[in-house]
This record gives sequence, structure tokens and C-alpha cells, in this order.
Amino acid sequence: MSSVLQARGLGKRYGRRWALSDCTLSIPAGCVAGLVGPNGAGKTTLLHLAAGLLKATVGTIEVLGESVRGRPEQLARVGFVAQETPIYPTLSVADHLRFGAKLNPSWDDALAQDRIAGLGLERRQRAGQLSGGQRAQLALTLAVAKRPELLLLDEPVASLDPLARREFLRGLMEIAADREVSVVLSSHLVGDLERVCDYLIVLAASRVQLAGRVDDLLATHRRLIGPRRDASALPDGQQVIEASHTDRQSTLLVRTEEPIRDPGWIVEQVSVEDLVLAYMDQAAGAGRERGRLEAVRR
Amino acid sequence: MIWVAWRQFRTQLVVALGAVLLLGIVILVTGLHLRHLYDTSGIRTCDTQADCQALGQAIVSHDKLMQNLLGPILLAVPALIGMFWGAPLLGRELESGTYRLAWTQSVSRTRWLAIKILLVGTASVAAAEIVSLMVTWWSSPIDHVNMNRLTPGVFDRRGIVAIGYAAFAFTLGLTAGAVIRRTLPAMAGTLVVFVAARVLISDQVRPHLRAALMLAGPVRRGPIGVPGTGVAPPLPGAWLLSHSTEAKCTIGTGPAVHTCPGTPFRVLYTYQPASRFWPFQSDEMAIFIGLALILLGVCFSWLRSSAPDTSIRNIVRAQEEHPRTDTDNHQQTGTNVLHALRSEQPRGNQ
Repeated sequence: MSSVLQARGLGKRYGRRWALSDCTLSIPAGCVAGLVGPNGAGKTTLLHLAAGLLKATVGTIEVLGESVRGRPEQLARVGFVAQETPIYPTLSVADHLRFGAKLNPSWDDALAQDRIAGLGLERRQRAGQLSGGQRAQLALTLAVAKRPELLLLDEPVASLDPLARREFLRGLMEIAADREVSVVLSSHLVGDLERVCDYLIVLAASRVQLAGRVDDLLATHRRLIGPRRDASALPDGQQVIEASHTDRQSTLLVRTEEPIRDPGWIVEQVSVEDLVLAYMDQAAGAGRERGRLEAVRR
Repeated sequence: MIWVAWRQFRTQLVVALGAVLLLGIVILVTGLHLRHLYDTSGIRTCDTQADCQALGQAIVSHDKLMQNLLGPILLAVPALIGMFWGAPLLGRELESGTYRLAWTQSVSRTRWLAIKILLVGTASVAAAEIVSLMVTWWSSPIDHVNMNRLTPGVFDRRGIVAIGYAAFAFTLGLTAGAVIRRTLPAMAGTLVVFVAARVLISDQVRPHLRAALMLAGPVRRGPIGVPGTGVAPPLPGAWLLSHSTEAKCTIGTGPAVHTCPGTPFRVLYTYQPASRFWPFQSDEMAIFIGLALILLGVCFSWLRSSAPDTSIRNIVRAQEEHPRTDTDNHQQTGTNVLHALRSEQPRGNQ
């Protein structure tokens, strides 16, 4: 299967600080991929690199099979909705559509007009007077009507109220279903991603912690609850992601391809949220570990 | 792209056109009146020097209000262009984040900027030069009398130098917007640098554009105790740069004169002759256009290399609740956001 976004050893440094390092991932075509992680984990940086707004410090990034160079033909194949969904406040809604039509040879005006009509936006209204949700919808319309093969969205719903958020995500789902467009969407709200994504990437501490199809991930992770015991006592092939212990009981989140055979465990399914939090916690722990090592080295 | 550039600039352009038109009408009406006065005053045919002086005085002092108005306007026009057309062009896009919208359409950002510069830059140069030509025309009767077109303060408001000033101010604003990434500070920066560059070049460079000529004039000896004064040589329209006494004797008070008896006092004048008005105009215009081209080069190389880096870095920074060093960040943000995530969860699940 071809991939819409492929990064190898990708890193981006701003000044002295690495916002993204050693990022290697491949997002298959036809997915709605969710990029999740804490603020400052590198989600925005990764998406801007993919959109061609940033240049990588090290490594390579390929979007739709070609490396990102900001050529017009490539820009035409990728739609980008930036965080806070920037629009020109003094231009009207109709002006924005014309803006899209003039700047994109592949512009689908019927699609844009339909969406605007469907959303009930007043064409003559200045974009600066739109509500946050309408604004986001306008930005999404601009990105979709250029008929991209890949749609990148950077925290599109972060600033929206729950209702507008649901509307926006519903619109996005319709687009993804109708247009056969691949979507990569970042969010720090796991609940949103759980609803719309079929592929998940956990980015934390500027590294990819977990990536895979949601179904596969859910199938290979289990929560084990049982009498207290050391995590290292587990059989090979069961990798502990998160462990918490009380005096008498241990709760482990493990990754395993095999079924759990030990009758001492109560085995539970995990949710996407459990997974994301476990991997983010692990990343935070690894960061602590790294910090300790560096302190020793000094 | 042309439509986009036009759509985002048209309001400003219409305002500027209106202002220029209004100014043009005022200049035309008062200018025709001034010309009429000049033609009928008889200054062209006056015989005695006293007559001519009196007639000239009448013309020079005519319509002081307009004279006082036109001077500052022409000084201000390039600065205003740099501040209001140059600085926001990139500054506002970067400040409001709309560059992320503009540069992810199917147009390369080099082309995007080139077309914007072509439209707004041409308008800038045209607007400044039209105003300059109008003022030059209006002032020509007065310039005929004063013969001072090379004098600083007059030279800057005549002819074609406005083209250079406007081009420089516009590209300066553009660069300031790109570097500072915020409109208001970029506007302020543009003003400061533009004024500094103008003063520097007018004071330090312009007098030396061509080797100054020298001419000696006699000294009229003053009364005892009063310095003698040089008698300026008759150099109509020349720009006197400096004067100094020749030889060992200072333009002295009484006793000093006697220390070098028999020496004829002379004062040496260095000056630029009136015939150099147009060469100086084209030289100074070329200097400012050269500066503008350098700034354009800076803008385009910035655009190609690291254009939005700093802006995006700022977005990324703003997302972090506690900016810290590398390792700290790994430790802290993970756990902090974990809590944030947990508390946000109910909203997300609605």
C-alpha cells in the first residue's frame, strides 16, 4: 500500500531546541490519521513540514510520493488547514471562494458553493465577523475545494465549542468518505480522534511513540489486572507499556500479539484514550530517564 | 494571483488615488495662479537689480501656506508608503497567520510575493513620483527666482529622486515586516530607518557625488573687533558646501589682520554648480533604487530559505505551557498535558 506521508529520520530544530527529532513514520493512503500528543510534542512542526511551510533540519519527508519542495503542482495536491484557521478578516466569504478559485487550478467551485450554502454562510459577510465554527468551516471549504489528495489539519477543532466541533468533524468525515481523500489531523483531544480516525500516531517528547491502525492497536493491547507481581515476570512477547501497583494488586498495560494465557490475570480491552495516555506517560518517563542519564554524565 | 493581489490592495489604492487627486486639484488651481502672477509681474523684463529683487520677493512670498504644506507632504509620502504599504505586506500575513493560508494554495510563494511587489511597488513609485512632479511644477516659478534647487530640503522635493525614495521605503517596509513579523513595530522600524538613511545620504553622501568645485572670493574686512566676511562669488543656483580662509591668516579681528600685512585675504568656496542638478537627481535616485534592490534580494532569499520558521516556532512555543530546556520539557509537558487531557476528556466525549 502506498503512503501519503513518509518521514525518515525527520528532525526540525528551532535555534537550539529540537521540536521534532528522529521521526520515522509512514501513513498509508486512504486513512483518516490522527496525530495525537501533548502540546509542544512536534505535531504542528510535523504538519508544517508536510505542508511545505517549513524545511527539515535533518532527514527527509515525502508527501504523496515526492519530497516536499513547495512546487505549485505539489501544493495543489495537498490541502492544509492551519491552527486557529486563519482567514482574511476584511474579505467576504465570497471573496475567499474567489481567492481559492484564482489560486488553485483544480478548484471545484460547485463543491465550494454547495458547502457554503449547506453551512448557511452569508456570502457577503466579512470573514472577520464569522463565529469560530463558521471560520473553521470556511477554511476547511477552501482546503477541500482545491481537490487535494491529502488533507492536513492542524488542531482544527481546538478552539471550537463542542457543538461546532462535532459539526466540523462530521463535515470532515463526509469529505473523507466522499472524496477519497486521505486525511492527517492533529489534536490533543483524544475523544475527537477516537471518533474520526482509523489510524493513530502518538507523538510525544518530539518522537513517534506509537503508530498503527486503530483496529490493530486495540487488538494488540490489553490491560491485565491481577495480584501484585513484578512486570519483568511476564513471558516474552508481552511488552509492558504502563504499570501501576498497589500493595496487593498490579495493573499492567501490555502490548502482545499472543492471547494472554495466564489465568492469574483479569484481561480487559483498552480504549484509544487508554493507549494514548499510556504511551504519552511512557514517553514522559523515558524523558525523565534521559534527563537522569544526562545528569550523571555531567 | 493578480486578482488576489488587487483585491487585497484595492482599498488602499483607492484611498491613495483619492488623496493624490485632491492634492492635484489644489496644486493645479493655486499653481496656475502662481504662474499667472509670475508671467504678469514683469520679472522676465525687469532692468535694475532692485526692481528684480522686489518682484522676486513678491513671488517667493506668495502663498506661503501652500509652500509650507507641500514641503512636508513630499517628505512624508515615501515614509507613509513604506509604513502603510510596505510593512503590512508581509508583516500582517505573518502576524495574523494568514501566510499559512496564502502559501498553501497552488501558487509558489515566490510568485505570490513577486506579484504583490509588482502591484504595490509600482503603485508606490508612481504615487510618490506623481506627487513630486506636481510639486516640482507648482514650485517652478519660485525656483526660478530662488535659484536654489540644489539646496538640501529643496533638492529632495523636486524631480525624480522621489522614485528612489519610494522604492527604498517600500522595500524597507517589506523587509521590516518579514524580519519583525508584526505590523506596528515594522511600521515604526521602517520610519526610523528610512529617516536615518535619508539624513545620512543627504548629509554625508550627496555633497560628494561629484568632486566639488572651488572658487576664491575676496574678504570684506570688518570694523576693528569684528570678523571680516567673505563676499560670495556670483554662482547662480550653486550649492555652497563650505568656505574657508586661505593661507595662515584667520578671518581675523583687527589685531589678527595686522599679523600678516600685505596678504590679500581670500575665502575659498567649495560648491556644486547648478548644472549638476539632474546628474545629482539621477545619482541619488540610483543609490536608493540600488538599496531597494538589495532589500528585495534579502526578502526573496528569506522567503526561499527560512521564511516562516520563526513564526511557526512562536506558535509551537505558545503551545507549551512551560518553556524549559530540552530535558525539562520531556519531563514536564508530558505529565502536565496528561492532566490537561484527562480534564478535557468529558468535553471531547460529548
